[in-house]
Amino acid sequence: MRPRSLVPLLYIIFLFLPIYWLVAMSFKTTNEILGGFSLFPQQWTFDNYLTIFTDPTWYWGYINSIIYVSMNTVISLAAALPAAYAFSRFSFLGDKHLFFWLFTNRMAPAAVFALPFFQLYSAVGLFDTHLAVALAHCLFNIPLAVWILEGFMSGVPKELDETAYVDGYSFPRFFVTVFIPTIKAGVGVAAFFCFMFSWVELLLAKTLTAVEAKPIAAVMTRTASSAGYELGLLAAAGVLTIIPGAIVIYFVRNYIAKGFALGRV
Amino acid sequence: MKTETQRGWLFVLPVLALVAFNALVPLMTVVNYSVQETFGNNQFFWHGLGWFSDILRSERFHAALGRQLFFTATILAIEVPLGVAIALAMPRKGIWVPVCLVLMALPLLIPWNVVGAMWNIFTLPDIGLLGYTLNTTLGINYNMTQSPVAAWATIIVMDVWHWTSLVVLLAYAGLISIPEAYYQAAKIDGASNWSVFRYIQLPKMKRVLTIAVLLRFMDSFNIYTEPFVLTGGGPGNSTTLLSIDLVKVALGQFDLGPAAAMSLIYFAITLAVSWLFYTLMTKDES
Repeated sequence: MRPRSLVPLLYIIFLFLPIYWLVAMSFKTTNEILGGFSLFPQQWTFDNYLTIFTDPTWYWGYINSIIYVSMNTVISLAAALPAAYAFSRFSFLGDKHLFFWLFTNRMAPAAVFALPFFQLYSAVGLFDTHLAVALAHCLFNIPLAVWILEGFMSGVPKELDETAYVDGYSFPRFFVTVFIPTIKAGVGVAAFFCFMFSWVELLLAKTLTAVEAKPIAAVMTRTASSAGYELGLLAAAGVLTIIPGAIVIYFVRNYIAKGFALGRV
Repeated sequence: MKTETQRGWLFVLPVLALVAFNALVPLMTVVNYSVQETFGNNQFFWHGLGWFSDILRSERFHAALGRQLFFTATILAIEVPLGVAIALAMPRKGIWVPVCLVLMALPLLIPWNVVGAMWNIFTLPDIGLLGYTLNTTLGINYNMTQSPVAAWATIIVMDVWHWTSLVVLLAYAGLISIPEAYYQAAKIDGASNWSVFRYIQLPKMKRVLTIAVLLRFMDSFNIYTEPFVLTGGGPGNSTTLLSIDLVKVALGQFDLGPAAAMSLIYFAITLAVSWLFYTLMTKDES
């Protein structure tokens, strides 16, 4: 082992210290946690996880989050695919300004929009639905998806489009059956980033929901404040929020690094 | 060559409709509030630009902005060089590459409030791994709820923990795109490690690093959830960053006018600085 491979190793150890502590806490009983410091759980318990899997408020939190994150990923990609194609293939009036404007929406602090979002989605009758959160997250996910997809699409030679027309493909048929499969790695990367940013966001998701579509993050904050010091339960819930992300990341591991490299600002 | 056609607008229409619905309506709501005064009961009165001049002169806003700038500057100064250094030390091929990438990307996928809660549990002075080690094993007095220095150190280390991986992934993506021939040429010329870095690796990473700096600037400037869960802005107001202050004004005190004016000033600063970064970092290309 060369000395310089120590750097990534040390970094990964640093990353995993807080995660280890969260996992360790989730297997401890409340008495043990409050009783004092222990590096490993002394009395292993699965009660914290059992509570989450048997209490509907808890597990519905996860289901709600997964529903709106999936909806958001589908909506973002469906809208971003044609737009990215236009940005990579056509030049039209105001295209550069439009591209920059799209990107400025990523700069707006979510805290700024919280209250107006609440009013807007209440006014159109979508408050406390999964669709509301999925649509709201489009604000920052669509610009990112357009940007990533445009990078991948610009890497595909234009001859592909032209050959398809000569072969008599209609545009929609070409786009769906030829073009999208060509850039499927890009679609994967874009889907990954949409999933990621929608999954980790809390402020808007919490503002736009009350009961029916309450995300797991909001269930956790409520527990943190009302149940006092149930750290073990909170830790178990936290551990379970890491798992979907870990699964998704495993599937796209080979494309993550490439995705950003091919995009452009 | 791109085809010159206005048909492009047809393709971007869905994106335009979705983003405009989410961006323009709330933005106009904020603009609307920012020029009005309300005394409750849904009655609003014209207030002109009064809130804007109040905010721009308010000490509280200056203090929050100062803390925000300090936070963003500090994390950029740590995360960008550290991320590049880690990317340089990563293996280029072999089975360890995907393992490293997956493990490093993990913090990016943890919900932000869980990041805050996790660091809270990690740093508790009596039962947290870090808190206990510092206080009991090393004998350093460390308590976030009492010492502003400890609170600051913790939110900065937390952000480094959370986001350095993004810089690593981007810098690494730039590095692996360098053809092997470049390194061989440098080797024949007898170039030192430093010159390889300065004249081959750094220029090739420039574009991805621009993206990294921009993304890290925007996201750290808008940071809310993690420090809010971890310190709640305290002790006192010592870690009250701009977003936290804004939410206090808007939802805590329900002062819609000042909150809206503050939002717009905040947004304008983010836009201006992002534009400045973007122009400075890409000016050689044109």
